Amino acid sequence: MIHKYYLNGHHILMDINSGSVFEIDELTYEVLDYFPDKDKCFDLLGTKYDEDQLAEVWNELTYLKNQGILYSEDIVLDEKIIKNRDVKAMCLHISHDCNMRCAYCFAAEGSFNGDKLLMSYETGKEAIDFLIENSGERKHLEIDFFGGEPLMNFSVVKDLVEYARSIEKKYNKEFRFTMTTNALLLNDENMKYLDENMANIVLSLDGRKETNDKMRKTVTDEGTYDLIIDKIKRMVELRGNKDHYVRGTFTKNNLDFSKDVMDLADRGFKSISVEPVVASPEMSYALTDEDLDRLINEYEDLAVRYLDYWRSGKGFDFFHFNIDLHGGPCAYKRVSGCGAGTDYISVTPTGEIYPCHQFVGIEDFVLGSLKEGIVRTDLRKDFERVNLTDKKACNDCWAKYYCGGGCFANAYNFNKDIYQPYELGCELEKKRVECAVMIKIVQQAEDRDNQN
Amino acid sequence: MKHIKIINVGNLNKVDGKGCGECQTSCQSACKTSCTVGNQKCENTEV
Repeated sequence: MIHKYYLNGHHILMDINSGSVFEIDELTYEVLDYFPDKDKCFDLLGTKYDEDQLAEVWNELTYLKNQGILYSEDIVLDEKIIKNRDVKAMCLHISHDCNMRCAYCFAAEGSFNGDKLLMSYETGKEAIDFLIENSGERKHLEIDFFGGEPLMNFSVVKDLVEYARSIEKKYNKEFRFTMTTNALLLNDENMKYLDENMANIVLSLDGRKETNDKMRKTVTDEGTYDLIIDKIKRMVELRGNKDHYVRGTFTKNNLDFSKDVMDLADRGFKSISVEPVVASPEMSYALTDEDLDRLINEYEDLAVRYLDYWRSGKGFDFFHFNIDLHGGPCAYKRVSGCGAGTDYISVTPTGEIYPCHQFVGIEDFVLGSLKEGIVRTDLRKDFERVNLTDKKACNDCWAKYYCGGGCFANAYNFNKDIYQPYELGCELEKKRVECAVMIKIVQQAEDRDNQN
Repeated sequence: MKHIKIINVGNLNKVDGKGCGECQTSCQSACKTSCTVGNQKCENTEV
């Protein structure tokens, strides 16, 4: 399978099975419509182009095909490895309570439609034990302290980190902790702790003040921007080059979300992620099909501005434009996607286990509990099967090895079927990948020019 | 080649020794609402 597209003055060709990428001229772009039917190509394009030129292009394409990097062989995976899905990552709902009232929150003010609860140390400890017991040979284990707002239960976070560290050598494991926080409770003490103990810190901020304050509110319905911006700046300064993201959500209220990304960049943030909201279509702020063209243009504009900033020494990372053309994850990872329900699970303050944080509170998606283990083996098998090898909806999609089949929760929210991807999300993902690849091509070329 | 510039020679379909499962779960990086795996790092140092 191949994919070709034109973006920002570049004709780009991707070979999907090998992951090879090429920049091509306009003539090659047209010839590809006919390859490998040479007679038809020369008949139809022979009146428009010189035959020698057509022959050159044809020979180049044939050479790349023979090298196995264009129209390359399908990916054939070992089913045993695909199905070897020990648990390796856990979203630990340390607090089902929140000190903000964000309008788009899928967690219903942090409670996930249940009681407002903080996780006890004992439950957290059982969760860590469960993770170790179910992680098989996996060495790197990940725990994300999530909520609600995890800093509302900070003392338990610290105790659990200490507990995990005290047993990781014994079990030959290495824990990586992350925290996703709204920043409201950040202070000098917990910032220092997070910097020293978290592998990644995700700080929620939607961009411009007006964008943020329309959706991210205090319990008394006031905007939060002025309360958090300086704290986030201080956390990021302390963090330096270590992993972190200033992360926002865009909605129908800010379809011009590229301005929010640029506002964050102008404030000096270097590691930024701004993502589309997940919301039922009846919500006023939900993204709908009619927004697609606008959002596609936003990503394209953002990619151009991203490059402008990179050229002028003000470059920043945008999560969805990060792509490693020369490496990146292997095919097994790309086929299995996010791993929700198999190698990734969420645990609530009462010890219930769900496939991921987005399913928490939906009774049909309780996998089991820390006390009983995974009891819904049928549900676990559903999540095991929902990978690219079995997902018909993704079979013919060129972007499948970049997105991994999309978010299962999005698929369920929109289609009530974890096998049926959320189409608007698919279109946005495709555009992000196109932008990311174009950016890499430009950066690679300009880096080379600058060296010469 | 005159018409095609190779940007990257990929080997995604060469899978021997791959699939160790040590890489980061995408939702643990930044994306909590939009699954993306193509931008994760490979942790396998033995291949």
